[in-house]
Amino acid sequence: MNFPLEAFTAVSAANPWTYVVFGAIGVAFGYTLETAGFGDSRKLAAQFYFKELTVLKVMFTAIAVALTLTFGAVGLGWLDFSQVWVNPTYLGSGVVGGLIMGVGFIVGGFCPTTSLASASTGRIDGMLFMGGGFVGAFLFGETERYFDHWYNNAGFYGRLTLDQVFGVSPGALVVIIVLVALLLFWGGEQLERIFGRKDLSQEPRLRKAGAVALFVMALGVLVIGSPSQEDRYQRLSFKRTEAVKSADAKPRTVTRVYSADEMLSKRLVFTSPAEAFKARFQQEMKPVYLDVRSETDYNLYHLADSVNVPLDRLASIVPALLTEPAANTVFIAISNDEQAAVKAWKLLVASKVPNAYILEGGINRWIATFGADDPGLKPLASAGDDQLRYDFPAALGSRYKSCSPSPLAHEKLDFQARIVLQLKRDKSGGGCG
Amino acid sequence: MARRARAERETTMQWLKSIFNRPEKAYAHPYLAGAVLGVVLFLAFLLTGNGLGSSGATSRIDALLVDTVAPAHVDNNPYLLKMAGGDKNPLDDWIVPVFFGALLGGFVSGARNGRLKLTTTKGPNISNRTRWAMAFLGGVIFLYGARMARGCTSGQALSGGATLAAGSWVIMLAIFGGAYLLAYFVRKLWL
Repeated sequence: MNFPLEAFTAVSAANPWTYVVFGAIGVAFGYTLETAGFGDSRKLAAQFYFKELTVLKVMFTAIAVALTLTFGAVGLGWLDFSQVWVNPTYLGSGVVGGLIMGVGFIVGGFCPTTSLASASTGRIDGMLFMGGGFVGAFLFGETERYFDHWYNNAGFYGRLTLDQVFGVSPGALVVIIVLVALLLFWGGEQLERIFGRKDLSQEPRLRKAGAVALFVMALGVLVIGSPSQEDRYQRLSFKRTEAVKSADAKPRTVTRVYSADEMLSKRLVFTSPAEAFKARFQQEMKPVYLDVRSETDYNLYHLADSVNVPLDRLASIVPALLTEPAANTVFIAISNDEQAAVKAWKLLVASKVPNAYILEGGINRWIATFGADDPGLKPLASAGDDQLRYDFPAALGSRYKSCSPSPLAHEKLDFQARIVLQLKRDKSGGGCG
Repeated sequence: MARRARAERETTMQWLKSIFNRPEKAYAHPYLAGAVLGVVLFLAFLLTGNGLGSSGATSRIDALLVDTVAPAHVDNNPYLLKMAGGDKNPLDDWIVPVFFGALLGGFVSGARNGRLKLTTTKGPNISNRTRWAMAFLGGVIFLYGARMARGCTSGQALSGGATLAAGSWVIMLAIFGGAYLLAYFVRKLWL
């Protein structure tokens, strides 16, 4: 199975089941919060006077458990982490907003979701907090324009996770966070004993067994590690609709699911020079020509508007490719023939970069298609695999005529369409923001 | 027939009363509740790719109200335009069913454990009115901050914390930092 399930990634009226699923998640959420005692503001406020650390215990147990299970599922390859919503980092608005929330917490005695559990069980203060919330959210909507630039840009790092910040593996971080959480629980219980005069011998023994179990699971996550790029590549699947002829001669379409290797062997991801060229003039897509050759070859001849990212540097720009460009961006990997471009394509798709294709026949085929009559380009008698098959008297880059063929001269071109635009899941549709 | 209908009505009334007059049960142990919450959060990630949250729904319900009362105002406000305006339905987001689900879930837990009661939870040394005013004010402040930080304790601290989101951990520290810094000065409210 490939989680998260595609059908549930966004709520829509077209799929009413999504309301049920998210509603059920909400019910479980509200139920647990009420059961933990978060409908009572005193229990929440006690946290800040060290009398009772229920908030810390519930929250950090939840984080540690969810963290361990999530990264365990990612490591086993069940859950695709690139499809999990990770809150983008905005340090400026995050820190200021967080401090303001802290003020609201100690003054109001609730946080938004606990106020729901409180209001729904008849607590008047919970209802008023909820009502105040509507006013606060409204005020933010009305005042956001005065600091719009700061709100959207101050300390913006995009999708950034702590393992990237500290340069350790997610598994190691899971173990560290679980350990810190267990230490906090121990410290918290001592504080409760001192400030809250609580008798710790009344606490269930089972909690120690739970702590050991959680720690062992965290170690398991570390041992499993992250799925290798090869694993992720093997697990990919692509959908293609194809017209088939049935016995009664009626045209029919079927949807087929292919693995990544089948996409290559059936040449479904190779876009012809004609199609790649036409893509520049289509409204619905925005092609990005990723030239993965060496800088030397790139300087000799390259397509107009193509970007040079040598194959060994491609992995480093993948995060940018995942987040920066518009959803209708189509990436076309280009090498002299196809060898390097196929490697680049494998890396791109394994990293879940959407709409990745390969220029069929590479630069050599491109020149044969658009620059065959250019006297400045002399074909070589022989050339190695994935080498330029033309002789270039000077490194003119994209100043050959065939680098940006005239759309008027090539109004009519025959080609088999391979590009199937797949709109990326809108990640701004996730999260609380 | 009439007698049967009345009998039925009485059973319904009794059932309704029984919801509100159950013996109050103790709260679950924090570690147990936390572990269950962690599993719920994990299932949310596994099934939908989204975590938990609620403050976003408050914003969206606001956007719906503004869009109903003054649609032209939405068109002049880029922040509201992300949620409403044009053919957008502000309620078409995963967080809205989670919000209403959480209200229902809290109610069900309260009913099952005998905690449905029209009352006010407050510190011993303040009046109900002070507590009500402070709860309202706290709600205004909290949600203002939550929208600024793009998520509250659920959407940022809990869900972001579990996905190792760097900004969410910073926000979590800021929330607790803000509350601890101010706690001493408002101790009259709670102690």
